[in-house]
Amino acid sequence: MATLNVLILVCLGYVVLLFGVAFAADRMAAAGRGAWLRSPLIYTLSLSIYCTAWTFYGAVGNAARSGLEFVTIYLGPTLVMLSWWWGLRKLVRVGRTQRVTSIADLISSRYGKSNTLAICVTILAVLGGTPYIALQLQSITLSFSIFAEADPSGLYREGSSVFWVAAGLAVFAILFGTRNLDANERHHGVVTAIALESVVKLFALLAVGVFVVWGVAGGIGPMMDRIDASEIGQWNVDAGRWTTFIFLSAAAFICLPRMFQVMVVENADEGHLRTAAWAFPLYLLLMSLFVVPIAVVGLDLMPEGSNPDLFVLTVPLSQGNDWLAMLSFIGGFSSATSMVIVTAMALSTMVSNHLVMPIWLSTQGGAGSVSGDVRNVVLMARRVSIAVIMALGYYYYRLSGGGAALASIGLVAFAGISQILPALVGGLFWRGATRTGALVGLTVGFVLWIYTLLLPGMGGAIMPDSVLQNGPFGWGWLRPQALFGIEGMDPMVHSVMWSLALNTAAFCAASLLSFPSPLERLQGAQFVNVFDHSVSPAGWTGSVAQSEDLMIMTQRILGSGPAQEFFQHEAEAQGGRTSLPEPTPGFLERLERELSGSVGAATAHAMIGQIVGGSSVSVEDLLAVADESAELLEYSSQLEAKSAELSRTARQLREANTKLTQISEQKDGFLSQVSHELRTPMTSIRAFSEIMRDTDGLSAEEQTRYAAIIHDEALRLTRLLDDLLDLSVLESGRVSLNLGGDTLGSILDRAVSSALAGSHLKLKIRRARPSERIPLNTDLDRLGQVFINLISNAQKYCDADEPVLSISAHDVGGQVVIDFTDNGSGIPPEAQSMVFEKFARVGGDKAGGAGLGLAICREIMQRLGGEISYLPGQGGAAFRVRLPLAHRQAAQ
Amino acid sequence: MSRKVLLIEDEPNIAEAIRFLLTREGWHVETHAEGSDAIEVIQGANPDLVILDVMLPGKSGMEILRNLRELEGMQHLPVLMLTARGQSRDREMAENAGVSRFMTKPFSNAEVLTAVRDLHAQATRS
Repeated sequence: MATLNVLILVCLGYVVLLFGVAFAADRMAAAGRGAWLRSPLIYTLSLSIYCTAWTFYGAVGNAARSGLEFVTIYLGPTLVMLSWWWGLRKLVRVGRTQRVTSIADLISSRYGKSNTLAICVTILAVLGGTPYIALQLQSITLSFSIFAEADPSGLYREGSSVFWVAAGLAVFAILFGTRNLDANERHHGVVTAIALESVVKLFALLAVGVFVVWGVAGGIGPMMDRIDASEIGQWNVDAGRWTTFIFLSAAAFICLPRMFQVMVVENADEGHLRTAAWAFPLYLLLMSLFVVPIAVVGLDLMPEGSNPDLFVLTVPLSQGNDWLAMLSFIGGFSSATSMVIVTAMALSTMVSNHLVMPIWLSTQGGAGSVSGDVRNVVLMARRVSIAVIMALGYYYYRLSGGGAALASIGLVAFAGISQILPALVGGLFWRGATRTGALVGLTVGFVLWIYTLLLPGMGGAIMPDSVLQNGPFGWGWLRPQALFGIEGMDPMVHSVMWSLALNTAAFCAASLLSFPSPLERLQGAQFVNVFDHSVSPAGWTGSVAQSEDLMIMTQRILGSGPAQEFFQHEAEAQGGRTSLPEPTPGFLERLERELSGSVGAATAHAMIGQIVGGSSVSVEDLLAVADESAELLEYSSQLEAKSAELSRTARQLREANTKLTQISEQKDGFLSQVSHELRTPMTSIRAFSEIMRDTDGLSAEEQTRYAAIIHDEALRLTRLLDDLLDLSVLESGRVSLNLGGDTLGSILDRAVSSALAGSHLKLKIRRARPSERIPLNTDLDRLGQVFINLISNAQKYCDADEPVLSISAHDVGGQVVIDFTDNGSGIPPEAQSMVFEKFARVGGDKAGGAGLGLAICREIMQRLGGEISYLPGQGGAAFRVRLPLAHRQAAQ
Repeated sequence: MSRKVLLIEDEPNIAEAIRFLLTREGWHVETHAEGSDAIEVIQGANPDLVILDVMLPGKSGMEILRNLRELEGMQHLPVLMLTARGQSRDREMAENAGVSRFMTKPFSNAEVLTAVRDLHAQATRS
């Protein structure tokens, strides 16, 4: 049997080999060679840090104790990879676009770059990671002890060996994990070393499996017989435990800080996920292939009471196959170290970015970002964090007594870290999720996890048995493993159910009840719609003078080389007039992302805020871009309103144009008619005056006749001009009414005598004088003008042999109605609607009127508040004049 | 042989003035005051010259002229058109309709006589 010294030498040699591989990979990546370093294969293998020492050793132990239940730990991630790879792709895209450094950073970034939230997740991750690290310590220690039992020197002490293993792992993690500062830069070396370790552990487990099946059992057939004979082979499924474990392992696969590190932070290409979606489940299948055979053979071969967790090691040893045992040990060692390195890297990044840096920044005040050497502070913070995390793991191991089964410690860690799931998934897919919701949900889940699972699992040292049995202060319904009186459940199922259910409920309820800040809404939109956003909206504004300060700060964080390269690149992109770029919002945004790769989103935001001035972006700026969909909605509705307004305006313009055209045509027609009406009498006047001037020997009779024509036509011209002026005054509305009081009878008397005066035409007027005793208060001259017009029209146009005009008056409902009806043939129906239009002469102008009379009457009646209309069906031409009596009453 | 002019004008005073002038020049003047049957009257009277008002009751002078020019043997009948509207558009329309001479009211007597003499001279030459 190999001595302990040989074993230690092998371990050291293996570590040196890993360093060599990591170093070489880093050199190749820096030199731009080694495309295979960024291949999907390496990515898939690096994901295999999911399989820790717990999986390596514990799966066999789990199978030996609980049968096939160990499969659940493989089923969870397999289901995630096969059916939810699109969700992982979104996670990876968000992580890359936001330059996220850890899961705490992602949650913080999503919920408005809240550092409180980052601290919560960090603490949760450290607490959840601690038992897990303790688990790795235990596995290494146990495997050491197997070899030490046979060691003749007797140097091995279990207590001190745990300490030295922890210290060794801490140094190992510090050396590996904190060589680079930018956590978002791909750690090609570490990832390559992890990939190598994945191959080693798979190879070791397969080797032991092959040895057991063909070397011990004697082939596949006998092996199957043995399995059938064993209890393990029996299919015992506890639905509650299976569902819980599958769910837990799936949640942990997404939420574990180390998984997030390799899956999101170290991801070089989203496309790798496609390969990993089938290759990683295949890896898990190979890892689980020989678990049952090893467990069955181990139970057969090993003496009663031996630890089944170590069958992978003890079965080859018992068969005298030292070298296989050594290989198996290296496999377990690989599982433990790779997990510890990546976990320590991920946790230390979170601790330094979210706990140490904010505290350090606040103690330094505003000068912190440009004076002190941030780079060293960050590195030191990370190294100390790793040491502290390892120390915590060590103390957890000591406290828990080191005897608990490996699998249950792993599940405790899984349950803790799964509390992040609601905030994570909600943040990725639900824009309504808020910071308050995430905080409340996390806190509720976290507290319940500690109370129902973590503390009861640590033995009597922290939680007394009395609390476990009777509840705190004797409150039975608060018993940690039987909350609200629900008893008889598996403690794990019980805790997971309550903590995650209440966590999710609190997260949703608080999100719905709280209102997100502008930055939260902005980040929420960028996360949920990550596939729609190519660039993020600008948030920062700054002045040129600040560029230098920004440069100094960036140098201190990124180192001078990368900082100068970044600034030069930005300056060139801006046009390259100066060596320093102008602090445009876009540049500051990219700088913030670049810095957040090193110190986390919240810290980077705060540091730039210190230099650029103010604390951050103004609320107004943010609100403007905050809710992109709301803005788009508003924009589209504005567009809609605008287009509606445009079409309305267009319609109004069309209407106005039509109206103008009509008015213009009316005006043209009117002018043309006025011209005709003026030129016609002028033509007669000119012709006859020239005849009288130029013709000798006109008879006296001819002279008199022609002079009379000239006289009549001159009068006609005067009348026309009077009518036109009258009409234009009436139409313009500038006419002032000359009110006076008289009875209708006397107004009609004057109108009749004036209309018939000097006329040779005979017209009989028939009146009903008693009905005309209606007193009127109106413009008497204007009303008289209307009456005269109607009477002379009857005189001119009534074609009866003995023309008679009847005038009748009635008082009807506050109106006086006066009808003028003659006994002629009347106006043909098609012309009735025309008679009040200007120049509308029905039946020729034998009477020599200009055709303006009725148009003037209509205007006058409108001014007097009444109306004039044609009354059809009265035998002859009939006109009705209405005048309101209210006029009279108002005047009295 | 006496020359015959047909005067289509609804304004009686203007018709009387033109009749007076042309009768003294040796024309036989026939008058008509209606637009609607003007074409038939022209065909029936078979005049040497037509004087046509534009604004006539029943049918406008423009339309009468257009219809007249479409008739057999009426393409070259001299038509003197008189209008009181005096818009340049009317002159254009009249020329398109095939007017021989276009005059705006009020006219001088000498103008009318000159126009009638010219038109008659042209018609007899061709």
